[in-house]
Amino acid sequence: MKLSLTNVVNGCRLGKIKNLGKTGDHTMDIPGCLLYTKTGSAPHLTHHTLHNIHGVPAMAQLTLSSLAEHHEVLTEYKEGVGKFIGMPESLLYCSLHDPVSPCPAGYVTNKSVSVWSVAGRVEMTVSKFMAIQKALQPDWFQCLSDGEVSCKEATSIKRVRKSVDRSLLFLDNCLRLQEESEVLQKSVIIGVIEGGDVMEERLRSARETAKRPVGGFLLDGFQGNPTTLETRLRLLSSVTAELPEDKPRLISGVSRPDEVLECIERGVDLFESFFPYQVTERGCALTFSFDYQPNPEETLLQQNGTQEEIKCVDQIKKIETTGCNQEITSFEINLKEKKYQEDFNPLVRGCSCYCCKNHTRAYIHHLLVTNELLAGVLLMMHNFEHYFGFFHYIREALKSDKLAQLKELIHRQAS
Amino acid sequence: MAGAATQASLESAPRIMRLVAECSRSRARAGELWLPHGTVATPVFMPVGTQATMKGITTEQLDALGCRICLGNTYHLGLRPGPELIQKASGLHGFMNWPHNLLTDSGGFQMVSLVSLSEVTEEGVRFRSPYDGNETLLSPEKSVQIQNALEMTKRDVPGFAIGGLSGGESKSQFWRMVALSTSRLPKDKPRYLMGVGYATDLVVCVALGCDMFDCVFPTRTARFGSALVPTGNLQLRKKVFEKDFGPIDPECTCPTCQKHSRAFLHALLHSDNTAALHHLTVHNIAYQLQLMSAVRTSIVEKRFPDFVRDFMGAMYGDPTLCPTWATDALASVGITLG
Repeated sequence: MKLSLTNVVNGCRLGKIKNLGKTGDHTMDIPGCLLYTKTGSAPHLTHHTLHNIHGVPAMAQLTLSSLAEHHEVLTEYKEGVGKFIGMPESLLYCSLHDPVSPCPAGYVTNKSVSVWSVAGRVEMTVSKFMAIQKALQPDWFQCLSDGEVSCKEATSIKRVRKSVDRSLLFLDNCLRLQEESEVLQKSVIIGVIEGGDVMEERLRSARETAKRPVGGFLLDGFQGNPTTLETRLRLLSSVTAELPEDKPRLISGVSRPDEVLECIERGVDLFESFFPYQVTERGCALTFSFDYQPNPEETLLQQNGTQEEIKCVDQIKKIETTGCNQEITSFEINLKEKKYQEDFNPLVRGCSCYCCKNHTRAYIHHLLVTNELLAGVLLMMHNFEHYFGFFHYIREALKSDKLAQLKELIHRQAS
Repeated sequence: MAGAATQASLESAPRIMRLVAECSRSRARAGELWLPHGTVATPVFMPVGTQATMKGITTEQLDALGCRICLGNTYHLGLRPGPELIQKASGLHGFMNWPHNLLTDSGGFQMVSLVSLSEVTEEGVRFRSPYDGNETLLSPEKSVQIQNALEMTKRDVPGFAIGGLSGGESKSQFWRMVALSTSRLPKDKPRYLMGVGYATDLVVCVALGCDMFDCVFPTRTARFGSALVPTGNLQLRKKVFEKDFGPIDPECTCPTCQKHSRAFLHALLHSDNTAALHHLTVHNIAYQLQLMSAVRTSIVEKRFPDFVRDFMGAMYGDPTLCPTWATDALASVGITLG
């Protein structure tokens, strides 16, 4: 695997990762995102509907929290999780946790880390963890790590130090076990940078992890909300400054468009795509604009639309201060609102996704009001396509040095 | 019941059905329906998409399975989204973006299943909406009005619907009523048997002379994790499938069977990813359509009785182990099992 940078603009790394996968002939663009999955399947989508989406990333994210309980089955299956889930051509990255579900604290020990599945808690020592990875055979996997610091607030410096120490110990043990297995050597270990909000510990974690023969780095503990991320941006810059340029940097738990841009500016390459899934689950559709160079007429129409929608979202936020509607961002519209009942426009005008080419806002509204499963399918298709389109535009903006315009456009739409 | 015709309209109604082949023993027929949105081969199974959607699968997926006619539901659509909106959306076809045929029923089944919410008066059936408690009068006029707005057909359906038979009567009574109905109906018009969808029932009722069927069973049972196969069904959530790495049915050509194993579907069914349900919905619809296609081919190739025997053998282990009511029904039209 080889990462080549085309350009570094304002701290943003533009480039490609080549020679990926078992056959060594896959390529990934950076900055980019990974396809979010639940139990090895894109949410709501079958092979057919997933392949309706344009721009699906070359690499999908699997979560150990959804797969660890199937360890025995996968061991007996022998042929790896990619084939098991029906995605043999896709690159696969296996993370520890599901970024959407918070992890209960208090379950990391010096010898083990627990993940939470539908069936309950699965405790993994280093050897069990590596045995599971041996059965999964992903292309990349997040190393066993102690990320519990991000589950709690106001963690003691002692606890933060421990998270760094443990994660390094786990890493060394995993690397050792990898050396003893031909199967495991086909997978790349992603080292995890911990250290909470303590600069000293972050730097220590980064420097020490960088000394090990890992294939890339996962920046853990930056998940939260735009406010918490804001306070950690300096930390993020300092961490990436310690990391080698020729290895990819992933970040966990950050997926909102505005946060994505902030992180790219601070040296992050790859993101999870769970944000479009969260938007889908609340019956919303992504509508934010990322075309920083539309024709003037479109700009006017979009701006007027966006302004009105921002007004409406503010109103809704005032009315409904409880329940999950509270989390609706200004990057999206809420299709359950009565005003969409007779709106025969597509979700986003000009969008080339299956939903926008075949259906209307009125229809999606009807499906949501009648609690039909198809609502989730169509919204997921649109939201993924819209989100992958956003990343495409980020890369285009970096190519043509238009990042400032894109950033301004996104920030204008962030509430 | 749809399309109860007078003598005059019987004579003037356009012929929408062409018979292609008839079984020389039983009353089974193979044919073609010539409908506004394309030709449909019969016998045909019509999946049910109650609320302008085929539960969880796109119209493109449904088309790819070879479906050319499916069902909408007057009562439900009459409430949500309502006839005015459907009209504005260029009809039900436009609203749900389905290019092929749609059949909508008159709300009769709802008369049975929503009995506690309804009151039959001289004017029609008065329903209280289960969603918001509001009252709606489903008069014959309104029922027809809703159907017209939904673009079912703007003229009388020149065919016959046999209804009122899937409300829990005994199977012995059931087949006799079907047989009686088909014996009285003209041969050159389609016989639509409402609410029938179990594989055995389909095969028997084809033998008794029915052409069209609809039922929520295959799609509903999919959402409970049950996959239909020639030997019955597989409850894929059960532990026995945990390490079963073969497809649901190795003979099935549907996308689910082409790409996925029972083991994967088992794991997915135990997760909260709705994709599991969609995989099974696709397969179960494919199963029903493939079954009807195989029935039709056997009629055309003049081997329908043998097909029935093979079918019962696969389903029950031996044709003679077929349920009594089915044996009797088949015998009544000249097909013996064993």
